[in-house]
Amino acid sequence: MKSAVIVFPASNCDRDAQTALKQLTGKDPHMVWHQDSALPDVDLVVLPGGFSYGDYLRCGAMASQSSVMKAVKAHAEKGGAVVGICNGFQVLTETHLLPGALMRNADLKFVCRPVKLTVEETQSAFTRKYSKGQQITVPVAHGEGNYFADEETLNRLEGENRVAFRYAEGDNPNGSARNIAGILNEKRNVLGLMPHPERVVDPLLGGEDGKALFQSLIETLS
Amino acid sequence: MTQITPELVKEHGLTEGEYARIKRLLNREPSFVELGIFSVMWSEHCSYKSTRFHLRKLPTKAPWVLQGPGENAGVIDIGDGDACIFKMESHNHPSFIEPYQGAATGVGGIMRDVFTMGARPIAMMNALRFGEPSHPKTRHLVEGVVRGIGGYGNCMGVPTVGGEVNFHRSYNGNILVNAMCVGLAKANNIFLSAAKGAGNPVVYIGSKTGRDGIHGATMASAEFDDASDEKRPTVQVGDPFTEKLLLEACLELMATDAIIAIQDMGAAGLTSSSAEMGDKGGSGIELDLDKVPQREANMTAYEMMLSESQERMLAVLKPGREAEAEKIFKKWELDFAVIGITTDTKRLVVKHKGKIEADMPITALSDEAPVLERPYERPAPKVDTTSFDKSKKLMDSLATIIGSPDMASRRWVWEQYDHTVMADTVQRPGGDAAVVRVHGTNKGLAISTDVTPRYCKADPFEGAKQAVAESYRNISAVGALPLAVTDNLNFGNPQKPQIMGEIVGAIDGIGEACRALDYPVIGGNCSLYNETNGEGILPTPAIGGVGLMKDVHRMATVALKREGDALLLIGETRGHLGQSIYLREVEGREDGGAPPVDLKVERKHGEFVRKLIEDGRVDTVHDCSDGGLLSALAEMALAGNIGVDVGVAGTTVDAIPFFFGEDQARYVLAVPAKEADKIEGELREAGIIHALIGKTIAEKVVRVEREGEVSIAALRKAHEGWFPTYMSAPHTN
Repeated sequence: MKSAVIVFPASNCDRDAQTALKQLTGKDPHMVWHQDSALPDVDLVVLPGGFSYGDYLRCGAMASQSSVMKAVKAHAEKGGAVVGICNGFQVLTETHLLPGALMRNADLKFVCRPVKLTVEETQSAFTRKYSKGQQITVPVAHGEGNYFADEETLNRLEGENRVAFRYAEGDNPNGSARNIAGILNEKRNVLGLMPHPERVVDPLLGGEDGKALFQSLIETLS
Repeated sequence: MTQITPELVKEHGLTEGEYARIKRLLNREPSFVELGIFSVMWSEHCSYKSTRFHLRKLPTKAPWVLQGPGENAGVIDIGDGDACIFKMESHNHPSFIEPYQGAATGVGGIMRDVFTMGARPIAMMNALRFGEPSHPKTRHLVEGVVRGIGGYGNCMGVPTVGGEVNFHRSYNGNILVNAMCVGLAKANNIFLSAAKGAGNPVVYIGSKTGRDGIHGATMASAEFDDASDEKRPTVQVGDPFTEKLLLEACLELMATDAIIAIQDMGAAGLTSSSAEMGDKGGSGIELDLDKVPQREANMTAYEMMLSESQERMLAVLKPGREAEAEKIFKKWELDFAVIGITTDTKRLVVKHKGKIEADMPITALSDEAPVLERPYERPAPKVDTTSFDKSKKLMDSLATIIGSPDMASRRWVWEQYDHTVMADTVQRPGGDAAVVRVHGTNKGLAISTDVTPRYCKADPFEGAKQAVAESYRNISAVGALPLAVTDNLNFGNPQKPQIMGEIVGAIDGIGEACRALDYPVIGGNCSLYNETNGEGILPTPAIGGVGLMKDVHRMATVALKREGDALLLIGETRGHLGQSIYLREVEGREDGGAPPVDLKVERKHGEFVRKLIEDGRVDTVHDCSDGGLLSALAEMALAGNIGVDVGVAGTTVDAIPFFFGEDQARYVLAVPAKEADKIEGELREAGIIHALIGKTIAEKVVRVEREGEVSIAALRKAHEGWFPTYMSAPHTN
């Protein structure tokens, strides 16, 4: 699997994504600068966590207008895989590659802690190595992860099995609608999620529950 | 031309004597701009005039110290060509006036100190001290400071991995915000601030200059009164986004060999950065302020020289490398301007709109800055003759202590800090020391901040020794070798002989402990005048320690891990209740003397425990400090959710002082039963006082023979409950 990590100004989980991809694929991902207008030939694009453009205006709003995002959109439209983690998820909703929006956490505070997630959907390139209903623990670290969409959209997401991850009952850190932690697009080649799977690929760092996400991609895309 | 009047001199925080000295050094009256420059450079904050004489006594050298005090931060060798760069610095005064921005810019400032030397920051710590919880301002200050630290550090993508939060009424009018940054560099690629050579371009990089923070250093060198809220305009405003770009751009430039010297613009901005670079390089600097990128129109030379706008750096490049550097800064969309040149005159010359606004010998600002040997009185240390109320129930007291403001879980605080970004945090907040892995290796850096101000009040010398000893212990307790410290000396008004006595006593105590423990001081910061309406803070010499762990796979944590482990107490328990948390929280008394620290014993115990961890024989260790033995055991039970059953076997000390006394040099270990005998044998052989005090058990309780038990669930409720309950109460002002 060939991969690329997009680097926006003030992305700050770009190196973490790079390290995890290198560890699991054995290959260095391409690090692609936000001002580039073309992507290298890759199977997977990662939009990493961070504070792109300082979160000014709205989280992800300015990144969605950057020149590299035109290329990412084109990649997604051709069926290429895209995963947006944390700020990357915010960029995906701002780009309308995914529906809904990420609002400020319900208690208005930044939150960094491990959360329990349920894997809701295994029929995707991102989640096939998990089992349906599996409970995993993955850290979150965000101030704006409160997923919101109108009822119709939420019903549609659920009806089409596009909710990939849900916060376990009682462990919703941000007030997200229907405990949603991660969703797929209609074609199931774009995933956005607030938790950080790239931070749990090493038992020393508190677990390996993020590994299966990358392994699913490797199995599908290699 | 502004007339220099005695009032103007006074407004600039300069004494008559200092002004006379300025005139002597210049052989004339200073210009208004020069007066401003002297004012900040000779301020306590920049010149260390009250402490410099005493700070010279600190040990600063060791074979592994690559750079001691005097640069932006200290540097130690951590093997394999890697270097660790770190420093702690206060941002107390601004944080009290405007907690969010004060704390945020404190974080930004200390990060710049570290990355200006060529390091990528890899961990942040904070030592925070607030007034008593019932004070009307406290909640607001805690909320703002924590949000400010998170707001800046989280955006930078540097994990904030721990620190301290304490409450005491002496901080009601002067909170302490001490931020520590630890960075990683290559030992052969460290950048210093000496602007050597003449004819080299002086370049300005980062954010534009505005009118914010003018005279911040002078504010930080004065006491507060009731009108201090009016000083809000002197607090700078932080922009972590720009700082993140500045970090990446600087590291990119540092990968070339274009830089001769580089320094961040911190307190006193353009003034101190240019003067210090010229001073260290033995050169002169000529600045053309027309070239300075400006955010506001019609700024005067005075304003530009004294602005403390954030996220700016000054660098001296090799001639001809300007275009290459500019390209990097343009890529990161930052300002870049050649604003001056180095000279061989050893003078700082400031030009603006065709006029020379300042022309002064640089040594007048540095070497010639006043060094004061202020009179001091060493207070007689309080003697510990503490009696205690024998009727108090031990287990009730434990619940009280574990849920008290100073002992309750700080989860509410550190969950607002991203502590796992960079994916190298192998020991998270809540343990004795935080540990971050050196990226791409199995090495780890252990970091801890420590000081017990109530001990320092009772006995500045022993208290400061204790701060260093506890740092050494916390680093050892996770399995790392303590290598060096940074000190952040927070005190009241040094013009009072008693306060000066506290300062001198504390510096002497730090010196003695650091020498005995081979734990040199490689940098630090002084924050004086922490007084409001004449009331000073508790003396608070915070120690930030860093240690090296050879293999992060061999690390101890406080959490109990198995049932049936033997609980082994290392160190002697005499039951020292003076200045203990117990007396304060249970009996409502702040009484007695500080616990004495035997540095030889500290070292011996630390070495023994570290070896057990390094050899992979022990994985569960907690140092015994605030709250004594029973609090340590309860914290271990809470962290691992495993019960303990202990007794006072073989001691003549009463249960209350035995379990709550704060004797030093003690560790609690949970060791697999089959190892216990062997380790005890080794302890006997080494002549180390120890006791087997009990074991870990299946039941989720903390049980003390003959005293009763309390459930872990009840302790957890008290321990986890205090902070969120306190912070969610309605604001009182």
